[in-house]
Amino acid sequence: MNLSEDTIEQIDQIIPKYPEKRSAALMIIHLIQDEIGAIDLEACEWIAEKLEVQPINIQELITFYPMLREKPWGKKHLRVCRTLPCALRGSYATCQSLEKKLGVKEGHVRDDGEYSLEFMECLADCGEGPVVMVDEQTYENVDAEKAGLLADLLLKGKLDDSKKFISYEQALVSESKTKASVKSKSSKK
Amino acid sequence: MIKKNTPKERRIILKHADDPKYSNRIDCYLREGGYAMLKKSFKMKPEEIGEEVLQSGVRGRGGAGFPAGMKWKFLDRKSGKPIYLICNADESEPGTFKDRQIIHKDPHQLIEGMMIAAFAIQAKQAFIYIRAEFFEGAKILERAIEEAKKKGFCGDKILGSNYSCDLVVHRGAGAYICGEETGLIESLEGKRPNPRIKPPYFPAVLGLYQCPTIVNNVETLCNVKHVMEIGGKAFSEIGKPNNTGTRIWCVSGHVKKPGYYEFECGALTLGEMIYDVCGGLLPGRSLQAVIPGGSSSKILRADERFSGKLKDGTEFDWGVEDIPLDFDGPMAAGTMSGSGGIIVMDDSVDMVEAMANINAFYAHESCGQCTPCREGSLWMRKITKRMCDGGAREEDADLLLSVANQIEGRTICAFGEAAAWPTQSFIAKFRDHFEDKAKNPERKKSSLQLI
Repeated sequence: MNLSEDTIEQIDQIIPKYPEKRSAALMIIHLIQDEIGAIDLEACEWIAEKLEVQPINIQELITFYPMLREKPWGKKHLRVCRTLPCALRGSYATCQSLEKKLGVKEGHVRDDGEYSLEFMECLADCGEGPVVMVDEQTYENVDAEKAGLLADLLLKGKLDDSKKFISYEQALVSESKTKASVKSKSSKK
Repeated sequence: MIKKNTPKERRIILKHADDPKYSNRIDCYLREGGYAMLKKSFKMKPEEIGEEVLQSGVRGRGGAGFPAGMKWKFLDRKSGKPIYLICNADESEPGTFKDRQIIHKDPHQLIEGMMIAAFAIQAKQAFIYIRAEFFEGAKILERAIEEAKKKGFCGDKILGSNYSCDLVVHRGAGAYICGEETGLIESLEGKRPNPRIKPPYFPAVLGLYQCPTIVNNVETLCNVKHVMEIGGKAFSEIGKPNNTGTRIWCVSGHVKKPGYYEFECGALTLGEMIYDVCGGLLPGRSLQAVIPGGSSSKILRADERFSGKLKDGTEFDWGVEDIPLDFDGPMAAGTMSGSGGIIVMDDSVDMVEAMANINAFYAHESCGQCTPCREGSLWMRKITKRMCDGGAREEDADLLLSVANQIEGRTICAFGEAAAWPTQSFIAKFRDHFEDKAKNPERKKSSLQLI
């Protein structure tokens, strides 16, 4: 498994933060998943060796936690909240609109690997539903019509610079107020 | 009806949340007097802080409403094992979005509250267990902790004292069950988050690594800071006896102005919240139902009435709109204030679809450890889904109820109740809707798809 030096360094820094090595499992999994997109058997074995546990101790986490992946999502991953407060404001129509525009069914990755869509459980932003996340950015009040616009911008690569869609994260007051500097860099490659 | 004034918010925790000049950086926090309470606390004895928190009467804001000071008292200090503090920032109860605001907009308030709490219980190390969907939130907290460490508010030899406590941000991975404190502990140990059985595994005695551990909610830990500022006794006078301090209510669903609102406990009723604070229902709609404390709490039907005697002996006769928003009010109405997530549903909602939506959530989130919950939650999803897909049968209401009744009280953790209570209360209060589904399987035209 080829991990970047940066990731390995971060992993080595995280482990001693915990009284017991095994506790670092989720954090290490996140770091590796961010870099290579998923945790396959080889990655499980690598992490297990690092934490002095059995590969099954890592694999059982991957198969349990909804956000951990055995296969990567697309280059851009969209999450739509399915749970009641968002559904009461139309999240089913939002999800269907995104499915149509992006050409991918929820729970799947588009054939070319560019986009994936997940209709998932509560994203804890219920007052501003329907909520859509594009990678690490949270967009609020995205009804079916807005979802179409959002998808159009995303397909053109213009969502990040759009004035129409300011994410929850971008809207936070920060010392550095320019939108560009708050933009999270997706580390997926 | 006499038009009353809109009840006024009292923002203690969210004081700066929507201030356009306030940032989540330490310079801003210090300008507003931040970390003064940490300094004050470090001049006190740890047990004196615990006494203040006990006296304040502050109850846990995560859902169960257990007095925080009492929880701290249960700590096993005799074993000599290290003590751990964990902040439950897994915020995942549907309808709840308060901790999100604190973490993203005022992280230092949480860190200050945590370090006071850590000193009070003499924790060896503290963790913030944050849900993984808060990508930016985790980064903000990590940056804030680094800032606090540089100023000596956290980490080695805090404020030049002999007390050291490292604070670590730990990310979950999308599982609701990690909000249950023993499930959270298992997860933090690097395992599947299967909750532990109590007794013997009360975290205050056998928690993280089998050591005494305190798990408190984000809002609860922020309150610790304010208890130190206001004083335990004065804090206990905010709100009502046994319902002290403020609470952040998160309103979602069919109101004009959903959002988060902080009020003194008991300062307003559910009706005032819906109609005055949140601007009422959407035009032309009327109230059908309210879920008052996150999706696990029992649903209230708009035309229900509740009467009885409160703990202090006063008699009450309430409609749904008269229920006071505190801990004891919703409890007296047979439900709970839970995590403060109020979900409002108007008359356009197909209640069987709403039930199916909730059942799909619990079926997805059951950890699978206990058979009644693992199998029962799946059956409840399957039955309600079938009902919504045109296959409803007359006997479905009874069937659902029998499944729910076989989950409640038969599981290791309270998730079993969380999964059963919605079904039990929906059937008890909207049975006619479930029975009608067999005769009229079509969804109302005005109703949105919920499953």
